Amino acid sequence: MQHFDIIIIGAGVVGSAAARELSRYKLKTGVLEKTPDVCCGTSARNSGVIHAGFNNKPGSKMARFCVEGNAGFDKIAGELDIPFRRTGKLVVGFSSDDKERLIAMKTQGEKNGVPGLKMVDKDFIRQIAPNVKGEFALWSGSTGICSPFEFTLAMAENAAANGTEFFFDSEVTDIRWDGKNYSITAGGKEFTSRWIVNCAGLGSDRISSMLGIDGYTIHPCKGEYFILDKKAGPLLPVPAYPVPNPKEGGLGIHLTPTIDGNILVGPSNEYLNDSDDYACEQDVMDMLIADGSRIFPHLKREYFIRNFAGIRPKLTTKEEGGYHDFVIERRAEAPHAVNLVGIESPGLTSSVPISKEIVRLIQEEEKLSLRDDFDPIRHRITTFADKSPEEQAGLIADDPDYGEIVCRCETITKAEVLAAIHNPLGVHTVTGIKYRCRAMMGRCQGGYCQTRIAELIMRETGCSREEIVYGKDDSWMFTGKVRG
Amino acid sequence: MDVYRKGAWMMITEHRNVIIIGGGPAGLAAACALYDKGVKDILILEREPRLGGILNQCIHDGFGLSRFGETLSGPEYAGRFIEAVRQRKIDYITECTVINLDNNKCVTAAAQDGLKKYQADAVILTMGCRERPRGGLAIPGDRPSGVFTAGVAQSYMNLHNTMVGKKAVILGSGDIGMIMARRLTLEGAKVEAVFEILPYPSGLPRNIEQCLNDYGIPLYLSHTVTRINGKARLSSVTVSEVGRDMKPIKGTEKEWPCDTLILSVGLIPENELSLQAGVVLDGRTKGAIVDENGMTSVPGIFAAGNVLHVHDLVDFVSLEAEKLAEGVSAYLQDAGEGNQKTCAIDIQTDETIGYTVPQKVSGKKDVTVSFRPKFPSQNRVFEVYQGDRLLTRKTVRKAIPAVMLHIDIPAEKFVSEETVRVVSHEE
Repeated sequence: MQHFDIIIIGAGVVGSAAARELSRYKLKTGVLEKTPDVCCGTSARNSGVIHAGFNNKPGSKMARFCVEGNAGFDKIAGELDIPFRRTGKLVVGFSSDDKERLIAMKTQGEKNGVPGLKMVDKDFIRQIAPNVKGEFALWSGSTGICSPFEFTLAMAENAAANGTEFFFDSEVTDIRWDGKNYSITAGGKEFTSRWIVNCAGLGSDRISSMLGIDGYTIHPCKGEYFILDKKAGPLLPVPAYPVPNPKEGGLGIHLTPTIDGNILVGPSNEYLNDSDDYACEQDVMDMLIADGSRIFPHLKREYFIRNFAGIRPKLTTKEEGGYHDFVIERRAEAPHAVNLVGIESPGLTSSVPISKEIVRLIQEEEKLSLRDDFDPIRHRITTFADKSPEEQAGLIADDPDYGEIVCRCETITKAEVLAAIHNPLGVHTVTGIKYRCRAMMGRCQGGYCQTRIAELIMRETGCSREEIVYGKDDSWMFTGKVRG
Repeated sequence: MDVYRKGAWMMITEHRNVIIIGGGPAGLAAACALYDKGVKDILILEREPRLGGILNQCIHDGFGLSRFGETLSGPEYAGRFIEAVRQRKIDYITECTVINLDNNKCVTAAAQDGLKKYQADAVILTMGCRERPRGGLAIPGDRPSGVFTAGVAQSYMNLHNTMVGKKAVILGSGDIGMIMARRLTLEGAKVEAVFEILPYPSGLPRNIEQCLNDYGIPLYLSHTVTRINGKARLSSVTVSEVGRDMKPIKGTEKEWPCDTLILSVGLIPENELSLQAGVVLDGRTKGAIVDENGMTSVPGIFAAGNVLHVHDLVDFVSLEAEKLAEGVSAYLQDAGEGNQKTCAIDIQTDETIGYTVPQKVSGKKDVTVSFRPKFPSQNRVFEVYQGDRLLTRKTVRKAIPAVMLHIDIPAEKFVSEETVRVVSHEE
């Protein structure tokens, strides 16, 4: 039985941000995550856009935290050493209806305090993004892009470096309050904690009920994407969105450059019964290409390298449509809990302000004292591909493993793969390594390097062929040796 | 050699007559042939720990029938060329990956002992090809473990002693897919079936016989995998019949339980370095556009083997690479006969032919044009025209896309600078 001051349930972007923020204080904090790694759900599976905040209702938490999160992103990206680029964004329109809605979005954004919004004409679109179609657009200068998984990982790693403990494969199955502490059963282990922070995303309604807070239902809503080859990357310098249909509760099929140089096409909007259904469907895939081509007519088959889906934890039903504001609350039914429900888009952008709100809510009850040894700085794995030849030569001189290219598509070296395997959170899944160093993310999708990476994981961690897993539990890779 | 000092990292550029990128069958054959033509200052750069390329994982036999008149395993076939390279004392570096090539033939490569920079007079591209992954087909469904491309599965089994599954389904009747069907069966896995979207097999007839029929593995033509199922490990695939338009026919879906899906759905020439150097590619082959000397659109950069177009037999890879030697050595000697420039006459095809290699000729030399028919046919006549003048013709009893065809055009047949056309019709 381990006792904590605070237990965070869920290691997505909000849970990881909360873990980092709380690690500033003199607290013993633990994070319980049901999957084998951080960032295995909604947080990894989105457009990676740091939104400006013009899509959200004035006065809402969504609007406030999004604008605040956007404004503070340079600082956090600097502290965490993650790539971030303020690309700006185009929301393109064609009809007079579109124009009206764009002007309304601009007005809404300005009310929310979004800087750098302006209506622009076709010439402006052509200048900024020559391959994007549109008669006019709303230009948002403050929108940016980041890697959603590196952002999440970085916050979790920084939290861990500052003393937070992460427990993977630890799905919470029971919570009991004894008037002083919570007892929690997770992954067959028992924990006690004075506080619980519910950051369970798609499972946040379930955790709410366990805390004794009834009345929330998450309506999982899938969004499917195509990932395009980096060859297509230069064709799209900025995110290009259509005018969203406000009834839908999504932003429409858009085109987003990734911070690594690919392009994402998506996401769709499909309400589900199953919050674990990440499958891609043929009719949706066809629709993505047809819809995406309206604003970006370069969606050639030879650029397709992968499809994936994410799931939005929505509080609104399909019939209701639109957005419900973030629920971030303390309730009498659960005296020592901060309850977060329905943190969907713009959750990635808002995660840091949300984490500060969590601390504020806890401080309403008890005074937290800052540690004097909190270190906000995290360093990413030193990458080889983006360095000058002189720097590359220097890296190899210092560590010869930088001279061995493991993933040829992304030019990822053995040194980077080894650093990823020896990650601070102790994750050894194949996808865990992929998220940490980008090996296997290129156009051959691991055709060249997956065998090498599997071998390195086995060698470095001592796990056997039968033990190594792809991503989820039970996603075994091999049955054993061929012979011997 | 280059010198790298900690803190200083001065890179010294080494000069070489010829740099060969890739020590597989094409690179090895090109090196030996060039050496025998008198070009001795050659360096082969190979990213793997040993020479031989993909042949090292091809432990089945059937290689070398046309080249050596006997059937060899992949490593044996490679071994003969590796031995020839060693006898000639041709330089090579293994575990050395080329990361940059420019149009001035400057090559940058990474190895454990440092970053290397070379200035070559001529560069030969022999990087081979890679497999099309699942994403390239955009197969719907879940993303479980247990989906492997055929070459990756082959590498796990033959080079890493690692068994990939117990019950497999194979998508695509390419040669590697069929060879893996047999390999998996021999190692105790159950191979349920091979599915091919086309109405005819993609691989060689001998592999259908020896890898599928001999083991009772059914081949379903005009079928494809339309869904991948399984949240953690693959649990089944949904297979549908496809119509003439290659689209799945609704209502024909059938679920095949399996834990492993092997994809043998196409090979793509690996031309990332070629593109860096500004080499113009052919949209049909996905390889460089080359002339009869094997020279690409960038003078002094040549290409041969699977990086140029995907071959059916390694024997032809070797042959194509050896033929390059003449053009490379002429380029290096600059005999002043236009060897410094890419040839100017285009070769085009009609819609019955997939592509030709070379795509350009001078009209001054004997040339062998390799090409693939687009669909299977019998008693097909292939003709080469320049303008409306017939240069040569050839009748093929049985033409299939899986088997590359070759047609010789003697130098004296060319009549002008006009575009050359390769066409075909029924006899």
